[in-house]
Amino acid sequence: MPVDRQPQTVRKAVVVGGNRIPFARTGGAYTKSSNQDMLTAALDGLIARFGLQEERIGEVAAGAVLKHSRDFNLTREAVLGSALSPETPAYDLQQACATGLETVLGLANKIRLGQLDSAIAGGVDSASDAPIAVSEGLREVLLDLSRAKTLPQRLQILARLRPKDLAPDAPSTREPRTGLSMGEHQALTTAQWNISREAQDELALNSHRNLAAAYDAGFFDDLLTPYRGLTRDSNLRPDTSPEKLASLKPVFGRSLGSEATMTAGNSTPLTDGASTVLLASEDWADAHDLPKLATVLDGEAAAVDFVHGKDGLLMAPVFAVPRLLARNGLTLDDIDYFEIHEAFAGTVLSTLAAWEDEKFGRERLGLDGAFGKVDRSKLNVNGSSLAAGHPFAATGGRIVATLAKMLHEKGKAGGRPALGLVSVCAAGGQGVVALLEAYSAGTTAGDIHD
Amino acid sequence: MTDTYARLVNHGLGRDLARKLGLPQPADLRRYRPGQPLIDGPVLVRGSGPGADRIAAALLSWGLDVRRHAVPKERLGGIVLVLDALEAPGDLEQPVLAAAPSLRDLAPGGRVVTVSRVPGGTPATAAARQGVDGLLRSLAKELRAGATGNGIVLAEDVSPTAPSALGALRFFLSGRSAFVDGQFIRVSSAEGRLPDDADAPLAGKVAVVTGAARGIGAAIARTLHRDGATVVAVDVPAAGDHLAEVANGIHGTALQLDITRDDAGQRIIDHAVHRHGRLDVVVHNAGITRDKLLVNMDQSRWGSVINVNIAAQLRINEALLASEHFRSEPRIVSVASTSGIAGNRGQTNYAASKGGVMGMVRATAPLLAQHGGSINAVAPGFIETEMTARIPFATREIARRLNSLQQGGLPGDVAEAISFLAGDSAGGISGEVLRVCGQNLVGA
Repeated sequence: MPVDRQPQTVRKAVVVGGNRIPFARTGGAYTKSSNQDMLTAALDGLIARFGLQEERIGEVAAGAVLKHSRDFNLTREAVLGSALSPETPAYDLQQACATGLETVLGLANKIRLGQLDSAIAGGVDSASDAPIAVSEGLREVLLDLSRAKTLPQRLQILARLRPKDLAPDAPSTREPRTGLSMGEHQALTTAQWNISREAQDELALNSHRNLAAAYDAGFFDDLLTPYRGLTRDSNLRPDTSPEKLASLKPVFGRSLGSEATMTAGNSTPLTDGASTVLLASEDWADAHDLPKLATVLDGEAAAVDFVHGKDGLLMAPVFAVPRLLARNGLTLDDIDYFEIHEAFAGTVLSTLAAWEDEKFGRERLGLDGAFGKVDRSKLNVNGSSLAAGHPFAATGGRIVATLAKMLHEKGKAGGRPALGLVSVCAAGGQGVVALLEAYSAGTTAGDIHD
Repeated sequence: MTDTYARLVNHGLGRDLARKLGLPQPADLRRYRPGQPLIDGPVLVRGSGPGADRIAAALLSWGLDVRRHAVPKERLGGIVLVLDALEAPGDLEQPVLAAAPSLRDLAPGGRVVTVSRVPGGTPATAAARQGVDGLLRSLAKELRAGATGNGIVLAEDVSPTAPSALGALRFFLSGRSAFVDGQFIRVSSAEGRLPDDADAPLAGKVAVVTGAARGIGAAIARTLHRDGATVVAVDVPAAGDHLAEVANGIHGTALQLDITRDDAGQRIIDHAVHRHGRLDVVVHNAGITRDKLLVNMDQSRWGSVINVNIAAQLRINEALLASEHFRSEPRIVSVASTSGIAGNRGQTNYAASKGGVMGMVRATAPLLAQHGGSINAVAPGFIETEMTARIPFATREIARRLNSLQQGGLPGDVAEAISFLAGDSAGGISGEVLRVCGQNLVGA
């Protein structure tokens, strides 16, 4: 007997809302919190906001960049510790700093294809509770020891240990193939694009001011749940000034020939935190009387050859965004909000400079000229990572939930639903970007029909 | 938060010692648990006239063991003294003295409930009716072992078996009123109805509780949920983590909201209606203290207390009264305080705000009446919370014992009273202040 198969049409995936815990500078309020603790807390806040207790969510996907080996099932364990139904499946994902955004895109696609009706995307990271591994020498000895059968064998293996083998192997943000830290890599790019110290400090200042203003206006009241006594991001400095930022000493790029411009003020600090985003089909959201803030339209990943110095480590979004917009028949001028993750002020400014560069547009992007100019009044209007901090895998969720709420509040722009662009750079020369639109019933710029 | 003394004098050696030394012996109160019988043991209904007969019939219909005459040496769960037909002070003597010997047979955690009428009529009638007030309050102070005495006062034209009269009677007889002692509930109309399921009186209702992240507010949220309501738990964003815990524990939703915002009322309505389809009950529990002697009071201490504790309630009520979503027998219950009645040194601002709550409740009652709604306040006395746990030891010990039950109440005791006033059976009770104070010796 023939079975009626579901029609293979693409439907909408909407952002219902989000929840994160305040981000804490490493060594601060969350020093004793594990990734699992923080992700569970972020989930429980989301569950409370949307009344999802004992709900079987289609799938939960999250991840962490700095991850203990014991956390092989981090997201599932967090789900089991949360108020969700224990019958909610989950998986871990890891794509460096793009982890959070990639969970959103992957789950949104499953919803669009009808595989899921509801999903929670997220990410968490703790640089405070980072895993510390034993040295390679000690690890080999321990493994050999476990395989040894006799006492003489064991003694022989132990004798191989040298004092240096006992030093632990702490995680670092160094690129394995270049040995350079992320900051040193960005310093190269910042210098290459001639980004001034003043421009970087100004971007950092705006980030703090915008984030502080958003908090004061109550913007985060339904995006954030306090955790361990923290009610705001601990990195936020509402009272910072151009003078204070200008007084900081450069920390990256000091060995370059040119002037060093990157300071602790215009770079993100190591941060602990977690974020979550509730995604759903329109029907599921309606059936649960939940809001539909924005539609996840499309996403694009890119990677660059930073190993051979062809492009800067964090410049992949420069290539991903033109491809994404072209596919959707859009230009930068069509975008109402830009959310460009501020790994470093220099990253954002180098990205904008590349897009404004005629030669780069022609030679690297294959365009007729410059890709375009980002209206700075539409950029990170409620602050970004320089002020909030950047717990690697948690940043994507923070941005998507924030942007979805902004798009919902904006509603329409020029007679069509407001559009928002997310851009997140990541280690390994990668970048993931996404396009969101204020929710409106009916067809949208990104609808694909078959 | 635990009352170590009470635990000590209720067990073993401590109990014997306390008895010999004549120390106060606070009893374990009979508190409500879902599924338990309304009251343990028979209920003696005394009083002449048709009112007593009708109440006895109602109690019988609830499956209670009802006595119209005392059986010597029989342990009684409760005594209902129906005094609704008094015409002169002399009328008190017969029914009161007839019931008196039965007080000896009242079981631990027993209940005495009077039913009388609002003072009025001829001077003699008014004297008789008002006499019940003094009688009951004194009697409540004579009861021991966790037994309480409370009264129902009927407006002139309200039947003793009006829904809210019976609702109040159920409340007083049950374990829900454990820490209510020496108090009167006035029934002013025949509005309201008894719930189909006494263990789920709020089934199908959507209730908003402000200040729900901890303490009394969290207990209110949990109790309303236990009684069948879907709860929207509201608190300031800074308390969001505790709020989420409360909401997740009761299958409710958390709304992080500063109730002093101008649009707080609208946001509460929107959340309840959009997410849960309706709004039936609003419990104004959120409150703050900023204690200081008046001579040292500053603007910020005074202003913030007035703003949070009463001005915000007024603004939210304005939005509720204007909303078409709050017109189906709506209920508002505000948390006042015995400080607002009796005063409290160092709390001029707080007592002013809580006195304000009681004034507001009285004046709002007629505005809600047209929609079959009601608004009341509950005034807690000494309640064991994180807040009172911070009071210095000696002061706390005194505050705790200074009531007829010789102990502090629990947050749940306040919540029970609020849940009762939030229910259908409280429709005929409006503009009232119910004290949950164990008959605190200070104040009214």
